[in-house]
Amino acid sequence: MTPQEIHETLKGKFGEAAVEAKLDALQPWIRIPPNKTRTIGAFLRDDPSLQFDFMMCLSGVDYNDGNLGVVYHLFSMIHKHKVVLRANCPKDNPHVQSVSEVWGTANWHEREAFDMFGIQFDEHPDLRRILCPDDYPGYPLRKDFKVPEFYNGMKVPY
Amino acid sequence: MIESKVLPTDYVTEPGRIRTSTGKTLKTDEMIINMGPQHPSTHGVLRLEIVVDGEIVVDVIPHIGYLHRCFEKHAEHMTNYQQVIPYADRMDYLTSMNNDWAYSLAVERLLKLEVPPRVEYIRVIMAELQRIASHLIAVGTFGIDMGAFTPFLWCFRDRERILDLFEMTCGARLLYNYIWVGGVSHDLPARFVEKAKDFCRYFKPNIVELNNLLTFNEIFIKRTADVGVLPKDVAINYACSGPMLRGSGVNWDLRRDDPYSIYNKFEWEVQVGKGEMGKVGDVWDRYIVKVREMEQSVKIVEQALASIPEGNVQAAIPKRIRPEHGEAYVRTESARGELGFYIISDGSTSPYRVKARSPAFVNLSVLPEIARGCMIADLVAIVGSTDIVLGEVDR
Repeated sequence: MTPQEIHETLKGKFGEAAVEAKLDALQPWIRIPPNKTRTIGAFLRDDPSLQFDFMMCLSGVDYNDGNLGVVYHLFSMIHKHKVVLRANCPKDNPHVQSVSEVWGTANWHEREAFDMFGIQFDEHPDLRRILCPDDYPGYPLRKDFKVPEFYNGMKVPY
Repeated sequence: MIESKVLPTDYVTEPGRIRTSTGKTLKTDEMIINMGPQHPSTHGVLRLEIVVDGEIVVDVIPHIGYLHRCFEKHAEHMTNYQQVIPYADRMDYLTSMNNDWAYSLAVERLLKLEVPPRVEYIRVIMAELQRIASHLIAVGTFGIDMGAFTPFLWCFRDRERILDLFEMTCGARLLYNYIWVGGVSHDLPARFVEKAKDFCRYFKPNIVELNNLLTFNEIFIKRTADVGVLPKDVAINYACSGPMLRGSGVNWDLRRDDPYSIYNKFEWEVQVGKGEMGKVGDVWDRYIVKVREMEQSVKIVEQALASIPEGNVQAAIPKRIRPEHGEAYVRTESARGELGFYIISDGSTSPYRVKARSPAFVNLSVLPEIARGCMIADLVAIVGSTDIVLGEVDR
């Protein structure tokens, strides 16, 4: 299926308000609401004409305009088509529904996005920091992150 | 800005209650054992928090991040797209060529750039030689995990020959900075083709030797067959890739199924696990896929060496690359699986965001699923067969 057809299918299922898209980009993407990611994810995985069973990548992004984003790169091993989904959330209250029930691999990717951007994935089974220490202050990949001068009483040398 | 939620670092002990770091309460007979971060069979600094009931593993909680070097943060703070490449080198230090290539491909996709044909051939040769070198380490260290020391030395002997080839090409033996955006840093040196052909001739009988020594060894098979079975559907759900996915019987290789560069010009076969010694997707299957892939890589290298054209080794690109506003996710088949780079460009000379989707990180995340219910000794075999490089898990 082409991105246009996938977009049409999603529009038919979830309504015009739920999905907007940019289909003339280098890799076309579809925007989905952050509180419906699991429903849409489960539909994309289980619908016989879509069957997105393979999540290639899940990335957090700081757009530096007051919004954080989660980008999902999905692929179907059966139909061999791809789709890119985006869910945005405000930086001061970043909540996105977890999709780790739909794709097992999302569990660690979401933990990484939480660790680096502070995106709270609702209903995630085990949302702990994964790469940084548990007591690390702040979220390092946000654009407004300042490296702390001291960490646990030690001076940070750079 | 909201404060980071501080969660218990380790098991919190309350009166009469012990919890794992995920918050699960232990039963009376269970206890927690830490394997790593300095344990020879965790292949680096990986800590496994194991809940055991006697010898049986009830649960495994991997703790990673000991080698975190902020690759993504560094990449955003470079002044030039090309400057990221040495950092990409250091992600998976056993497959540096493949990392460079994946990153360069992603930037080239953003630039909509075609590289000269000679570059494609050089890249394929380097990447496949690197794949052999990486698999040799995977196989050798896996042998050590199973108590066989000799194969390790034999594998390193052969790997040295590949490193010599890399050294004569770009001067470095481990971290090459060789594949650049738009081309490669130097042309192949004189007599490289000849020497690489020599290596292929030398290496092929050594695989047979390795098989006789390790692969079909009775003790080795007893330790690995029917252990740590990863079913097909779980492997796909956890987005496993590379030898891990193919070991579970999924006929899938990005070089053939989502082709990039010139892989469709060569004749070779995708190797999958068939359950020859036990169930499909066991540790032995994951191991044998790597051994057979080395044979296929030699085939690809030989074909590429035979038909390499003359020409430029750098496409005409400006010193400072400025891709248009946009984003691209590009995935390639590294030795460990699907290595992807998601790059967002804001039109400036450095990337706005780089996300590295590393295969070892994803392959490790399935470990708790396959390790539940096995013996502690088998856990060593399972971790060895996932073939992780902690530099890439933690980035």
